[in-house]
Amino acid sequence: MLTKRIIPCLDVKNGRNVRGTRFSADRDAGDPVELAAYYNSSGADELVFYDITASAEHRDIMQSLMKEVADQIFIPLTVGGGIRNTEDMYSMLRSGADKVSINTAALENPDLISSGARRFGSQCIVLSIDAKRRVDGSSGWEVWTHGGRKNTGRDAIDWAVQGVNLGAGEIVMNSIDGDGTLDGYDLDQLQAVSRMVDVPVIASGGAGNLAHLSDALDSGAHAVLAASIFHYSKYSIEEAKLYLRDRGNEVRMDYI
Amino acid sequence: MISIIDYGAGNMRSVERALNILNIEFRLISEARDLDLTQSRGFILPGVGAAADTMAALEKKGLTDPIRDLVVSGRPFLGVCMGLQVLYESSEEDGGTDCLGIFPGIIRRFSDGLHVPHMGWNQVVTAKPTRLLEGIPSGSNFYFVHSYYACKSGITAATTDYGIEFESVLTQENVYATQFHPEKSGKLGLQIYSNFASICGIAHSDE
Repeated sequence: MLTKRIIPCLDVKNGRNVRGTRFSADRDAGDPVELAAYYNSSGADELVFYDITASAEHRDIMQSLMKEVADQIFIPLTVGGGIRNTEDMYSMLRSGADKVSINTAALENPDLISSGARRFGSQCIVLSIDAKRRVDGSSGWEVWTHGGRKNTGRDAIDWAVQGVNLGAGEIVMNSIDGDGTLDGYDLDQLQAVSRMVDVPVIASGGAGNLAHLSDALDSGAHAVLAASIFHYSKYSIEEAKLYLRDRGNEVRMDYI
Repeated sequence: MISIIDYGAGNMRSVERALNILNIEFRLISEARDLDLTQSRGFILPGVGAAADTMAALEKKGLTDPIRDLVVSGRPFLGVCMGLQVLYESSEEDGGTDCLGIFPGIIRRFSDGLHVPHMGWNQVVTAKPTRLLEGIPSGSNFYFVHSYYACKSGITAATTDYGIEFESVLTQENVYATQFHPEKSGKLGLQIYSNFASICGIAHSDE
């Protein structure tokens, strides 16, 4: 049986620093390679690196970071941020990433999903969607861009379905309402998306405690992406996995 | 030294990285004339993507017959992911693709009710003892990404359950193959490469 995945997300700034991490004093929290090694040995099932600077000059830095990580860490690696075309995808995959995550660029040019899937396979293409409850109070969610500042007016569920039809192999549903609040993922949203697509749905945005992870999986998510609750050492990945296992989820424990 | 057969497979660099960290000496070979037995104690055939693309790439480089000869030679041979599937007669992929035909059988697609590709960590349950899985407990988790599978048969050394119980490790004399990606399966995955190096009689550091 497929296990439910726990995926720590590292927001990388200038290629060398991880945003918002406050580890115990004996660990260099700023270095993404060290943090990746720590997560790898403590049970992460995959890692996501997100370039929050996402500019052209940082792409080279991200590439060398991916190389450095891939030389040492033997679990699937996803990279996102600033990927605009299939050449960007190629350079990241060649550097050691196993998947690329795209967001705004796919909204501007949906063909990027299909051309990426054709060239590298659907399993490489992750469509990340920043979704927010409709501002007019009606049911459903709209897709936002620019870090949640710009409303595209597009229906988030429709976009997820279209993305999968174009060839996306996974959907990350990032709830802007939940992001950083630590109040839990948007469970209605996860249910709505996972009913409509036949690829794995990854919950993102809002996890504040272990029950939130479990709720997301119960709502149809195949994996949970989390930053805050692990970076701040609030919980270890092992604690999270034991908690999820106790609630009937199959999780990978044999990583030591 | 181990030779990795280089025909443009997407996971080749990851396989190289795994051998590097285990200090296993290897070289890349992309020409039929380099598939000579004097230089190599073992061969690895990596692979991801589609069966038809893989077969086309191997044929273009004139590698299909030399690979068949290698297998007969008795040298240890390890196929990874698509490198397992192409060992069979044919695959349902791309409307039917003829493969290397080293083993009888057809590679099938997972049925429609399942999420395809089968992507993520799943348990590998031992079906018969093999040196490739030495030190790896039955039921250990490995990382899979694939949409097609080989059916269970007499050469199956381990199986995995994804709606159907399929072959996740194959062993027949000198031929070994895994449907999962050992190079993406953490420590236990590195153990597979370490075991293969031992089968080849090659010194390496322990994982």
